Amino acid sequence: MKIDSPDKLNAWKEECLQKDAKLKKKVMVCFGPGCLAAGCREIYAKFEEILAERKLGDITLESFKKTGCHGLCEKGPLVVIEPEGIFYNRVRTSQVKDIVEKTLAKGEIIERLLYKNPKTKERVLKYHDIDFYKKQTRLALRNLGHIDPDNIEDYVMRDGYQSVAKVLTGMTPEEVIDEVKLSGIRGRGGGGFPAGRKWATCRGVESDVRYVICNGDEGDPGAFMDRSIMEGDPHSVLEGMIVASYAVGARDAYIYVREEYPLAVQHLYQAIDDAKEHGFLGENIMGTDFSLDIHISRGGGAFVCGESSALMKSVAGEVGEPRAKYIHSVVKGLWDKPTVLNNVETFANIPLIMNKGGDWFRSIGTEKSTGTKAFSLVGKVENTGLIEVPMGTTLREIIYDIGGGIKDGRKFKAVQTGGPSGGCLPEDKLDLPVDFDTLTKAGSMMGSGGMIVMDDHTCMVDVAKYFLKFLVDESCGKDVPCREGLYQLHKMVVKVTEGKASEADLQLMEHLSKYIIMGSLCGLGKSGPNPFLSTVRYFRDEYLAHIIDKKCPGGVCRDLIRFEINDKCTGCTACIAPCPVDAITGEKDKIHILDQEKCTKCGACYAVCQFDAIDII
Amino acid sequence: MKIQINGRWYEAREGEMVLDVLRREGIDVPALCAHEAVEPYGACRLCMVEITHEDWGGWKGNVTSCLYPVEDKLIVQTHTEDIIELRKTVLNLLLARCPNSPEIQKLASEYGIDTTSFVPREDADNCIMCGLCTRVCTQMGFNAISVAGRGYGREIATPLKEAPPDCVGCLACVKICPTHHIQYEDIGTTREIWGRQFELVKCKQCGKALITREFADYLIENRDIPADYFDICDDCKRSGTARDFKKLVHWEEKEEAEEEVSA
Ligand SMILES: Cc1cc2nc3c(=O)[nH]c(=O)nc-3n(C[C@H](O)[C@H](O)[C@H](O)COP(=O)(O)O)c2cc1C
Ligand code: SF4
Ligand code: SF4
Ligand code: SF4
Ligand code: FES
Repeated sequence: MKIDSPDKLNAWKEECLQKDAKLKKKVMVCFGPGCLAAGCREIYAKFEEILAERKLGDITLESFKKTGCHGLCEKGPLVVIEPEGIFYNRVRTSQVKDIVEKTLAKGEIIERLLYKNPKTKERVLKYHDIDFYKKQTRLALRNLGHIDPDNIEDYVMRDGYQSVAKVLTGMTPEEVIDEVKLSGIRGRGGGGFPAGRKWATCRGVESDVRYVICNGDEGDPGAFMDRSIMEGDPHSVLEGMIVASYAVGARDAYIYVREEYPLAVQHLYQAIDDAKEHGFLGENIMGTDFSLDIHISRGGGAFVCGESSALMKSVAGEVGEPRAKYIHSVVKGLWDKPTVLNNVETFANIPLIMNKGGDWFRSIGTEKSTGTKAFSLVGKVENTGLIEVPMGTTLREIIYDIGGGIKDGRKFKAVQTGGPSGGCLPEDKLDLPVDFDTLTKAGSMMGSGGMIVMDDHTCMVDVAKYFLKFLVDESCGKDVPCREGLYQLHKMVVKVTEGKASEADLQLMEHLSKYIIMGSLCGLGKSGPNPFLSTVRYFRDEYLAHIIDKKCPGGVCRDLIRFEINDKCTGCTACIAPCPVDAITGEKDKIHILDQEKCTKCGACYAVCQFDAIDII
Repeated sequence: MKIQINGRWYEAREGEMVLDVLRREGIDVPALCAHEAVEPYGACRLCMVEITHEDWGGWKGNVTSCLYPVEDKLIVQTHTEDIIELRKTVLNLLLARCPNSPEIQKLASEYGIDTTSFVPREDADNCIMCGLCTRVCTQMGFNAISVAGRGYGREIATPLKEAPPDCVGCLACVKICPTHHIQYEDIGTTREIWGRQFELVKCKQCGKALITREFADYLIENRDIPADYFDICDDCKRSGTARDFKKLVHWEEKEEAEEEVSA
């Protein structure tokens, strides 16, 4: 069925809503990245198996939906039962039968499957009463967890493709661009460049052909916002791209998806096929003379392929390597044609801006950073997962209210934002509002939305070492400052962790960093020294402790620590077996002895001791 | 159009890069990865200069001159404090990468760097990864060698690290390499380069071996060169022309003498 007018779209939406209303209950099994890893496929299969044998009245297999990421990945696999919004977490296959027999058949709640508030230790019945969700505003992630991404009807039911109808039949490209400008939306992929301005420039360039590209490379380790959107709500990305293509005058558009995201590719292909079948893509969309095809391009596999010039080379089939851009890719991009490149999350916001207006969008967030931002919140917080908050929310709100505070009652030490080349912020920056400019000013950055929380068992020099290593490995190696400079900087940070560096080294590292930033060709090198610079800015004492006192205050750097058994030792013998080098000896009920000569400082004993009897010195 | 460099105005042509003007005017800016035979690349970062313009509202920026197109009234500074410091840092890093390269040692010492502050590369060779060799090879139409790997481990390599099937032994890469890193050897009538051996075409007159059969065939086929062009080497051709020319001159002399006699 081709939808070629707004009326037809509305009629279809009505039909989908009615069909959905017939489902008395819906069981949403989360198929997001975290739940997939936790085994949701087995959960789903178990439901199918039970349903095949047992009739459940109105509830049929149609009531079961494989959805995108619900967000609370830490607690997966997740099963949400609508319309009540009953939220079951950490579901095991052995418990599926119970869910069917008790909750679905009789409406009974299974207490132990409910989410437990880490602070109050109380069980929470419903989805929206969980602190994790209460403080969020889900715009880009609006459909995640609520629809089956492979089912276009689910999408249409929730206002899908309304913006395409509105824009194509009632707005000029210039009006679309003005609305995007009005919304103030800035790119979500890292740079934070105003999308409206980018589109306007592209449209303004004299050319017979223009392109739109969606950046789904998401190379930041640990980040999964874009992946979750592409997997869980692929149509929203297509819809945003259709609007953008209409606005700038593109006939072909590309989605560049990271090689490691096969599920995203699969769902995007399905979505493109369905969109084509219903006339949202292809010739004469909405009965107008606007036509568009969206193609999928598989990533080159390297982090640097997410950089705009490298990405465009890669889409064109060349080696994905950055080039100097004194002529911007908006003017001369893919195949030298004017090209708009935006991030997945940026595109996912566009339909909302078109439907509700730029004014509505800019009423959310801060003046200069409008709307919301999705983050993947990971590290030492109680609730890790995928979140979305209005710009301007403080780090403290994110970490303590949504994240539920630091895990295991430990102390907060730092939060790293902005991906590998972002920066670490200390405790006294926790009340900073999260927006593009504030984070940059504080020496970190928004990046694409990675957020890693660290507790007091973290060594900041070690953190810098970790991220620098990532960047050294991912630098394409084209230019000298980035290739040789980051390599040497990493070597020197390693030297600090070994207690072999001097204060002069620290100065050399700061000097080198300055010229890596100034001299590098692309954003990777230009932000490459950040892991070092932000940690040395806020945790200089910790560097000096390594250098002068030859101590690692975080208790992490092996060359500078020693494990010692104190008199809290109960002689429980738990630590004897885990030690790989037999450095611990002792009899039951007597204080054990740790042989410093043998100890390799692996920390195995420390990890198993229940009595706080092992000190890191 | 005119551009200002270090306070003086110079003529520049549409389509040129700033480095082209610097080189033409003999203004000393180091540049290791740029060569007129190939497209600019921007890898060594030594050619960086500071630019500004009276219409830019005081904005200044540092750009690689090899890649920055000239525009009218562009104002260029080639030796600001920061740029000198950047070049020193780059040379310091290159000296760690190629501690044994005389070319790098010389350039570094011109910027006051005699020993590197960094950790020198183990088993260092003299390749600075400027990419000139691969680019010239591509430009010639052969694509025999390419850049492999990334980051610090990036290297110039042949396909599968074997003797490159598309190499014709033209030596363009050898000649363009700024640090003389690429080795080749001509022994008798064979040439060895990149682990591959080539038969050399012998001059039918003097017997000297100068060009590989593959390269000669390529040029004959693709560059509209007569099929027998490489049968005789340039030296012999030149001396042949000289001989013919001499004959011609002597013939005229002879005629003159005969005329004199007859007169
Ligand atoms: C090394 C490097 C990696 C990048 N990786 C990504 C990425 O994975 N995803 C992304 O959207 N943008 C990435 N970017 C930013 C893009 O170059 C570009 O600015 C962005 O896709 C533009 O879209 P936006 O304006 O909607 O953010 C990267 C930039 C650099 C320098
Ligand atoms: S800055 Fe690094 S990643 Fe970017 S082009 Fe240069 S070497 Fe490659
Ligand atoms: S000698 Fe071989 S590798 Fe070198 S430029 Fe010629 S064809 Fe290319
Ligand atoms: S071999 Fe020579 S020309 Fe090729 S990249 Fe290395 S230094 Fe440059
Ligand atoms: S000559 Fe310009 S960067 Fe090397």
